[in-house]
Amino acid sequence: MTLTLSGWLIMLVSMGTVLALVGFSLYKVLTLPPVEVEEHLKAPPDIDTGDTEDAD
Amino acid sequence: MANAQHSGEHWASRLGVILAVAGSAVGLGNFLRFPGNAAQNGGGAFMLPYFISLLILGIPLCWAEWTMGRYGGRRGFNSSPGIFTAIWPHRAAKYFGAVALAIPLLIYMYYVQIEAWCLGYAWHYLSGYMTDVAALREQLGLDPQQVKDDAQVFREFFSRYVGSKEHGAVFAAGGRELLWMVMVAFVLNFVLIYRGVSKGIESFCKVAMPLMVVCALCVLVRVLTLDPPPGKPEQTVLAGLGFMWNPQPEKLLDPGTWLAASGQIFFSLSVGFGIIINYASYLRRDDDVALSGLTASSMNEFFEVCLGGLITIPAAFVFFGMALKDYAGSTFNLGFLALPNVFAQMPAGWLFGFLWFFMLFLAAITSSLSMLQPVIAFLEEGFGLRRHASATILGLITALGCGYVLYFSGGTKALDQFDFWSGTMLIFILAMFQTFLYGWIFGIQRGEQELHQGAHIRVPRIVQWNLKYIAPVYLLVIFLGIVWQQGPQYAKQIWNDPVVFGSVLFMLAVFVFLLVMVHIAGRRWERQGRIQYQ
Repeated sequence: MTLTLSGWLIMLVSMGTVLALVGFSLYKVLTLPPVEVEEHLKAPPDIDTGDTEDAD
Repeated sequence: MANAQHSGEHWASRLGVILAVAGSAVGLGNFLRFPGNAAQNGGGAFMLPYFISLLILGIPLCWAEWTMGRYGGRRGFNSSPGIFTAIWPHRAAKYFGAVALAIPLLIYMYYVQIEAWCLGYAWHYLSGYMTDVAALREQLGLDPQQVKDDAQVFREFFSRYVGSKEHGAVFAAGGRELLWMVMVAFVLNFVLIYRGVSKGIESFCKVAMPLMVVCALCVLVRVLTLDPPPGKPEQTVLAGLGFMWNPQPEKLLDPGTWLAASGQIFFSLSVGFGIIINYASYLRRDDDVALSGLTASSMNEFFEVCLGGLITIPAAFVFFGMALKDYAGSTFNLGFLALPNVFAQMPAGWLFGFLWFFMLFLAAITSSLSMLQPVIAFLEEGFGLRRHASATILGLITALGCGYVLYFSGGTKALDQFDFWSGTMLIFILAMFQTFLYGWIFGIQRGEQELHQGAHIRVPRIVQWNLKYIAPVYLLVIFLGIVWQQGPQYAKQIWNDPVVFGSVLFMLAVFVFLLVMVHIAGRRWERQGRIQYQ
């Protein structure tokens, strides 16, 4: 017995698919901004204009 | 549904929660169950139903669990009874949560022992004890004239080590080593769980997962460079890869192949265990679940297909040749009987044996940790207990169950029963309930919206339709297939064997206890105004 051509093909396609999927996912995760930075980007800007101090 | 009262625990980093979920999924099944399953069910042809199941069942179910978990966490719940009620404000919902607590709790009771086997084997390899077969034969008191075959020596060692010859063997003088290993594994689990989600589970997984990759790669390089044994030039690594990957297309016509592939995906990804839903509840409101779910699932696939698919079968084939067929059908046979023979033959076998079993130990501990957290979360939020009190109560319950499985070790009967009823049947029941909850109660429109909140990838709409219509039917078919295939055999044993009967009774008692606890916790949440039924 040896690894046949169809065996090679299935093995390489299976592993290639999984490696591509894990590579894509990890690349996306690792290149995202850190959570703190992301939260800051999503939240409204924390700017104190001072215009409510004498509101009353 | 009222909010408030949250444990306040969160994951410290995006990668941390992904590694924790992947760690929970990666276990002995990736390295031992998958290759054996593939080799027995069509080799390369097995990969077709395998990937179809991954796309239809595995990844979509993971997304559903991640989504529902984060949703429940935002409403102040980390345990399944609370999360299910948050999604479905009906009195019955929380009782399904008892199933999600029973599964990890019951699985932990036997899984920690398998973890201890791995630790024990790793220790014996490090001390050089396992690679000197002549000394091992002498140590076991076996007659070299009668027991000539090395494989028989390892079989004898395994059966004595796990006490499978008779009940109570691991408590008897001379056979207690496993007890110490179980204690070490037990203490390590509880120390980590006591430290909490971020400082305990996440910190450990951040170290353990990369370490597992390193260990597996070292063993992989060694296996791929193995020479055939003297006098057996046909037993090459390439032939071993052929044994695992050469397709047998006719097997695709056998329903058993599809059943095995779907079951493998389902068990491997830890869906329906009540774990992902608990882990996801510690996410923040806008933390991504779509990309994280996909990453955790694909990491699990990496360990299974790329590492598990290249190491176990080729290594064992080099030693056993075509006789490997007798071992490939059983996870334990492949891991604890076949592979020790291979390590004993190869140069520096003690080192590679140690790396292999240490890696299995790490894989097991990242999984067993995830089995404790759902129950800890329930005790804390259901009864307002602090961590030390909840850990103590859980420690006592699991010690009782673990003691039961350890004592009734003859023929690994109790372990086998716990594995079938909780690790197979109950997880299908829970998964079917969860798909129903997601597709029909939570609703796929709300589900899609919730899944994409804070998401870094777009999940196609077809996944939602699949979760509502196809996945539940697919699950039901596999469930019925397993009931038809294994149900009668297990049901017959209940009436014929007192240990089997006792094991089922024990599991039933644990489940009833959890139902009562869930009932009490539900009343408490009602009084506190945390849940309002519709």
